[in-house]
Amino acid sequence: MKIEDIVTRIQDETEGVPIRTVKSFMTKIPSVVTGTDIVQWLIKDLSIEDPAEAMHMGSLIAAQGYFFPISDHVLSLKDDGTFYRFQAPYFWPSNCWEPENTDYAIYLCKRTMQNKTRLELADYEAENLARLQRAFSRKWEFIYMQAEAQVKIDRKRDKSERKILDSQERAFWDVHRPVVSRCLYTLPTSSDSFNHYGCSITYETISCCSVRKPAETNSDSSCFLFQILFLNTQLDRHRMKMSKVAESLITYTEQYMEYDPFVTAPEPSNPWTSDDPSFWDLEASKEPSQQRVKKWGFSLEEALKDPAGQELFLKFLESEFSSENLRFWLAVQDLKRMPQQEVGQRAQDIWAEFLAEGAPSSINLDSHSYERTSQNLKDPGRYSYEDAQDHIYKLMKSDSYTRFLRSNVYQDLLMARKKVCVSMFVINQRLSFVYIPIF
Amino acid sequence: MSEWCICSVFALQKVSIIIVIFACVVCKYIIYLSEVQLNETLAHLKTESETLKSKLEEERAKLHDVELHQVAEKVEGLGQFVMKTRRTLKGHGNKVLCMDWCKDKRRIVSSSQDGKVIVWDAFTTNKEHAVTMPCTWVMACAYAPSGCAVACGGLDNKCSVYPLSLDKNENLAAKKKSVAMHTNYLSACSFTNSDMQILTSSGDGTCALWDVESGQLLQSFHGHAADVLCLDLAPSETGNTFVSGGCDKKANVWDMRSGQCIQSFETHESDINSVRYYPSGDAFASGSDDATCRLYDLRADREVAIYSKESIIFGVSSVDFSLSGRLLFGGYNDYTINVWDVLKGTRVSILFGHENRVSTLRVSPDGTAFCTGSWDHTLRIWA
Repeated sequence: MKIEDIVTRIQDETEGVPIRTVKSFMTKIPSVVTGTDIVQWLIKDLSIEDPAEAMHMGSLIAAQGYFFPISDHVLSLKDDGTFYRFQAPYFWPSNCWEPENTDYAIYLCKRTMQNKTRLELADYEAENLARLQRAFSRKWEFIYMQAEAQVKIDRKRDKSERKILDSQERAFWDVHRPVVSRCLYTLPTSSDSFNHYGCSITYETISCCSVRKPAETNSDSSCFLFQILFLNTQLDRHRMKMSKVAESLITYTEQYMEYDPFVTAPEPSNPWTSDDPSFWDLEASKEPSQQRVKKWGFSLEEALKDPAGQELFLKFLESEFSSENLRFWLAVQDLKRMPQQEVGQRAQDIWAEFLAEGAPSSINLDSHSYERTSQNLKDPGRYSYEDAQDHIYKLMKSDSYTRFLRSNVYQDLLMARKKVCVSMFVINQRLSFVYIPIF
Repeated sequence: MSEWCICSVFALQKVSIIIVIFACVVCKYIIYLSEVQLNETLAHLKTESETLKSKLEEERAKLHDVELHQVAEKVEGLGQFVMKTRRTLKGHGNKVLCMDWCKDKRRIVSSSQDGKVIVWDAFTTNKEHAVTMPCTWVMACAYAPSGCAVACGGLDNKCSVYPLSLDKNENLAAKKKSVAMHTNYLSACSFTNSDMQILTSSGDGTCALWDVESGQLLQSFHGHAADVLCLDLAPSETGNTFVSGGCDKKANVWDMRSGQCIQSFETHESDINSVRYYPSGDAFASGSDDATCRLYDLRADREVAIYSKESIIFGVSSVDFSLSGRLLFGGYNDYTINVWDVLKGTRVSILFGHENRVSTLRVSPDGTAFCTGSWDHTLRIWA
């Protein structure tokens, strides 16, 4: 687990942070490290450029309890001389701890027995203890005995060892029974140990959402056969060279970068930054901008995607008396979007309009596609016209679309040529003729 | 079989008894042999499958003559980005799990753990509609292309469509239509090009295409070995494919017409939480619990880029491209958003702001902003 790799490395004797015993008033504080040391180490080891990122990372690690401030219940990291101690691997979250309330009760009970000011219960802990005593009133004797037994064992330990273990145990409970007030960093569930939709660890219960299933290895022979079949077809697939693919991706991205509001600021402004929606109003207007018209020239798909482009292309085709191709293509697109019930009827309608003998908008299909399509129509469905549609699309792309791009209607819009009003021109001419004789 | 043998023992004489007992033993031996054969066959099939897999990887690697970021060295670098939270949408009472944009570029629908589905005008931050689902953990929601309906679902194993009414007083829940039925939780849903069909993915390991009006199952897609967590439709007007990602670490590309899996990619080291097509439809990106985002190209039939950093150790919950495909935005479980340069493979920016994990991220239809939803109960619009 990545986070635990980091936590292990940070404690390494040679490569990690300096963990030492600090002398304090009348006492020694064993095994601590400062917040600054941790932040500096993170920056160095993980090649982080921004100290804010290192603080963020450190705070997340702290929130899970991998290290904790020795004199506070709040699990966060400060970039200063505050002392932190590392959690024992025994208590790490990866051991899938789900501590019960009885364990917590035993722990709190034990704390009250130890009679040391540094182990005095905080207010919220005292409240919790009272609540648990009410909840476990019948079991309390058992809990008390357990706590007593633990205290006896603890007494046998070395003083500084006890300090360390006590603080680690307290940090463990800070993670699993946190102070109720909202911390800045609530517990993030890290990758491997918890389930996909997260556990919400509340005081009373641990309610988990549906646990994701681990990847099941298919031991069924039919699954293997299926896989083998699939892999064989995959092997026969045609692949493109990486250099070509890279060129294609770069070309596409570069072509569209001027339309990408994150890269090129939109005109007049990005509505979200300026609070001015005029960019959207312009896009919706009947007059497409030059930039938008330029996009129609990228591919037939772009031209058809934009309703204004589609309209212009249709008008152009009508002027060439070949609009039935586009109308057929649009009808088939519509067919695919219909509710299932209406599909059959619509498919028949399309046949009657475009493909039947003496159809009003007869399209030109090669005999092979025609055969296939009429076969499909015996059981009409959403995809009955796929072949035909594909054929017609290719036809439009190679023939009509290229002519469209060279046509006056398109070029005029692209160059934003102002159409001169013919009648005005004539009147001007007439006027100029009228004036000449006077001079 | 042994019972039958015992019965016949009573009917026959001593010699027959011996024959019958012998037959029993033979039966058991035959069963034993066929079991051994089955295991051998299974083992044989498994080795054949493994061999084919490595052969496929070899074939894919043969055409890998250069890395994407090497070719992209000639591309001009991107400048510094200033991306900030421009709107904060507060109103959900619990973790926001999913959101989707309306085609009008300003409205969004979001769903959360407490069962609420809210439609907002993100530009004004006003709430326009709210529906309370009968289940909690509404993990998927989608806006219909017409803008007149929303679909949502989650732990109820269903996907329901709610038509949005202009009348504020009308109870939206009354007009609800149950469309999809799965045998496990609904992880993602999306309308296809029209309001009439919905594509869903589920924890039961399948994806399915449904007819909204009748609720009929039009096509189902089997092939994932575990929960399917995400899906995305190919952007092409003429295409009929979609990609899905699952807990089996696989990303599969499917043909909607036949239900067949066309291509499969398995390079992630953990669950794939999000998949999104590159704008041209020739590639797609995925985000996973292994803390990496990866770019797969369909023509090269392999992974072509990996977006990761040593300092990023928390999983990616959600990814999306900017309009040109130059930027890849990733929402992470460590509450941050990382912005990647798709071509060069470097991180352009890291954004802080959310106070809990980012669960969902979508770029607006015209690319002017992106929206994130988080477990901190809020949604943010960034631009």
